[in-house]
Amino acid sequence: MANIISDETMEYVGILAKLELSGEEKEQAKKDMGNMLDYIDMLNELDTEGVEPMSHVFPVKNVFREDVAVNREEREQILANAPAVKEGAFKVPKTVE
Amino acid sequence: MNLMSLTALELGKKIQTGEVTSMEAAKAALSQIKRVEEICHCYVTVEEETVLKKAEETDRKLRKKELTGPLAGVPVAVKDNICTEGVRTTCGSRMLYNFKPTYTAEAVLNLEKAGAVVIGKTNMDEFAMGSTTETSFFGPTKNPWNPEHVPGGSSGGSCAAVAAEECSYALGSDTGGSIRQPSSFCGVVGLKPTYGTVSRYGLIAYGSSLDQIGPVAKNVADCAAVLETVASYDPKDSTSVKRKDCDFTSALTEDVKGLRIGIPKDYFGEGLDTEVKESILKAAEVLEENGAVLKEFDLSLVKYAIPAYYIIASAEASSNLARFDGVKYGYRTKEYDGLHNMYKKSRSEGFGTEVKRRIMLGSFVLSSGYYDAYYLKALKTKALIKQAFDRAFAACDVILAPAAPTTAPKLGESLQDPIQMYLGDIYTVAVNLAGLPGITVPCGMDHQGLPVGMQLIGDCFQEKKILRAAYAFERTGCYRRCPAAETSDERGL
Repeated sequence: MANIISDETMEYVGILAKLELSGEEKEQAKKDMGNMLDYIDMLNELDTEGVEPMSHVFPVKNVFREDVAVNREEREQILANAPAVKEGAFKVPKTVE
Repeated sequence: MNLMSLTALELGKKIQTGEVTSMEAAKAALSQIKRVEEICHCYVTVEEETVLKKAEETDRKLRKKELTGPLAGVPVAVKDNICTEGVRTTCGSRMLYNFKPTYTAEAVLNLEKAGAVVIGKTNMDEFAMGSTTETSFFGPTKNPWNPEHVPGGSSGGSCAAVAAEECSYALGSDTGGSIRQPSSFCGVVGLKPTYGTVSRYGLIAYGSSLDQIGPVAKNVADCAAVLETVASYDPKDSTSVKRKDCDFTSALTEDVKGLRIGIPKDYFGEGLDTEVKESILKAAEVLEENGAVLKEFDLSLVKYAIPAYYIIASAEASSNLARFDGVKYGYRTKEYDGLHNMYKKSRSEGFGTEVKRRIMLGSFVLSSGYYDAYYLKALKTKALIKQAFDRAFAACDVILAPAAPTTAPKLGESLQDPIQMYLGDIYTVAVNLAGLPGITVPCGMDHQGLPVGMQLIGDCFQEKKILRAAYAFERTGCYRRCPAAETSDERGL
């Protein structure tokens, strides 16, 4: 295997992805990611010198609209989905000491 | 008469003439669900009361002649990553096990305006990441042709539900083949439209630059009629395209005389199952006998589509799935220590293995130091793939290809080796990268009695050409009814 994923890299990816893997999961994930990177390294065979990266197939531009609210009042329905609610707002653990 | 054995348009016609009511159609669908769901498990949610109320309301509108469209009163199944107001929408994930959207997706609204009755929400690979519908938190869907085999994925629930006649047609979504591949495995017709044709508003995003909603049905005419109904310009989807040529049913003529059909030699080489290959090449001959002109050519870059796709799709997924944090909706872990720990634990427990795998890969390829080597490289590869298709479509109208290298594998065989599973997407992902339309039509059976599907790919906005070819081929008689769909009355028991 050409790509060896270090514990530090996994730690870093965990921070970016906001995921916390168990020991066993982590080992498997390291292996999977290494295999996948070995596989996608195949793209290096391809000469892309001077090729413009294409994010969208069509020349899409920003779509603007007037800054007018069109949604209806649906606080109650939205909050009905929340795991925890307090005084008409989403409840989260304390974030500022 | 078994109403579920009819195509959507046949049933719609009977409803228009008053021979059948929407209520009778809905009840027929519900009773078929009761009969076969235990074996196939196509649905995550079916709310019987909601369905019956909707059917009653639809009948009222039909009587007042407020609904006169060809799909009015016809039962439709909707993939569970497409939002339906007040009806649970899970994405096949524990993360959204109890999520009830506060609005309905634009595509479904368009169907409802035309009088469609949503019968239930269909099972899928978690967040549409998978090719077998085995990664669903709610358990796998089985292939109605043989329940030991997978239905394909990720729209496996929608395609199996159509084959098992648990709905008259369905909506799926296709990011890398998720409509076309399961349609092939289940012996039904599925269409992925040109990117931007159907609004993504209310489709829970996986890879936003690749995702499209599309129809799954028993035949090509149904697909065309459904696409005509769901396609619309929508200012709420910033990538929505204003099209003036959405009269897709006008393309349904048997005539393929002079239609230039390209056969990419590099799609028929190593890795393609012999029986699948023979079925598809035979279908090409049938089209030739009907006046089409076959042309072999090299598409090139075929093997680079999968790595480019998995980089782009995972990168977009890592960003799109950042919204699931256990605060606004869905799953929240029981015990946690502070906000960040709550995020991490909720996500780690709420997402399944394949979803986590792709979020991590996506986070990695976008991270500083790797962005150019992976993500940018993939976007450049995408540009080259698009150019390859442009060259191909300068010389032909339609590309004919397999939808998958094999017929449906057995349950439990695919998930062990992720890369092997990704390779199964070889004939479908390039179409998404290039934003093209593609349709799968059944074209034969293998020795195990499992369906084979042929894929027809068109240039951007050329749905009519692939519909024309698909329709002409279908008229030669390719649709086989899945035996599991037959009721005991029909079997004469």
